[in-house]
Amino acid sequence: MNAHAHADEHFAGSNKLFISIWVWLVVLTLLEIFLAYKPMSIHIMLTILIGLSVIKAALIVAYFMHLKFERLSLILTIVPMLVVCILLLFVFFPDSYRSIGLRYQFKEPKPVAPASVEEL
Amino acid sequence: MSTEARADFFPSADWEGGALPYRVGHRKLGMWLFIVSDSLTFSALLIGYSYLRASNVWPTPFPFYPSIVFASVMTFCLLSSSLTMVFGVSASSKGDKAKARKWILATIFFGAAFVVLHLIEWNHLIHEGMRPFFLPEHWVQVFTTTDGVPPSPLFGATFFTITGLHMFHVATGVIYLAVVAARVKKLKHEDVEISGLYWHFVDLVWMFVFPLIYIMSVDVGGHLAGH
Repeated sequence: MNAHAHADEHFAGSNKLFISIWVWLVVLTLLEIFLAYKPMSIHIMLTILIGLSVIKAALIVAYFMHLKFERLSLILTIVPMLVVCILLLFVFFPDSYRSIGLRYQFKEPKPVAPASVEEL
Repeated sequence: MSTEARADFFPSADWEGGALPYRVGHRKLGMWLFIVSDSLTFSALLIGYSYLRASNVWPTPFPFYPSIVFASVMTFCLLSSSLTMVFGVSASSKGDKAKARKWILATIFFGAAFVVLHLIEWNHLIHEGMRPFFLPEHWVQVFTTTDGVPPSPLFGATFFTITGLHMFHVATGVIYLAVVAARVKKLKHEDVEISGLYWHFVDLVWMFVFPLIYIMSVDVGGHLAGH
């Protein structure tokens, strides 16, 4: 019983694990900075950056914020509703694409990246 | 299913009072709920920014130096501060309060460095002529489309609002951690862990602000270089 109480109090995860998580976070950040200077369409860039950010956020929440080691009921209370609420905010995007067409008459498609990007 | 097995599977006693159903104290649960609501605040701001960006001609004015170099070093500071905070919480869980205090002070150092660097970076942009509701004249010239549509002046509004609110969170966190460091010997371990939760959350928000605000606004072609 005593050992069990001690296990509850102990902050799971070794310093080695935390350092490796930190290394991953730094490497993913460097990858993002590298990608900033790669010519690519804004939609591909955005998808990759958001993907990397979600991975980084998940690493921070799971290990640094210790959520991986908490009770499943706590995880289920916090995470799904947050994800659903954030995704619901995406309902505004169709309107933003509509409103630019209402305000401006573009002879050519709206430039989505600097003109020097060749593939556009 | 026997009655005993059922009681195991549905531990109703958890919800009848006198127990901690989530196995965390009420303060820690409160911090988690605050983090959820604050996540929604930042999500709404970032989505509002994305809305404006998708419905306007948007400038991409940030040069490699100073903007991206500063933002990258700031990211490194915040990531490192999270690591030192984890070490602090880990030391606190083992009852080594003196060591915990040292690591929390290191966290405060990195957090303060972040705020100072960010203010210098703001200062660069303000000197350039960027304001919440209008852009520097040479940015407008460079980023106006061939159809004559000018870039949105709201660039500054979204930038200063989102990075400003984040900077406010970092500054608040530095003060919070200073209080925790000063009182660490009187505090329970869980209270130290709660301050860590807040600090990591501030780091987490920056993981979205940095790519969306900075990386997505890089002046890749060097259009402003000659101006």
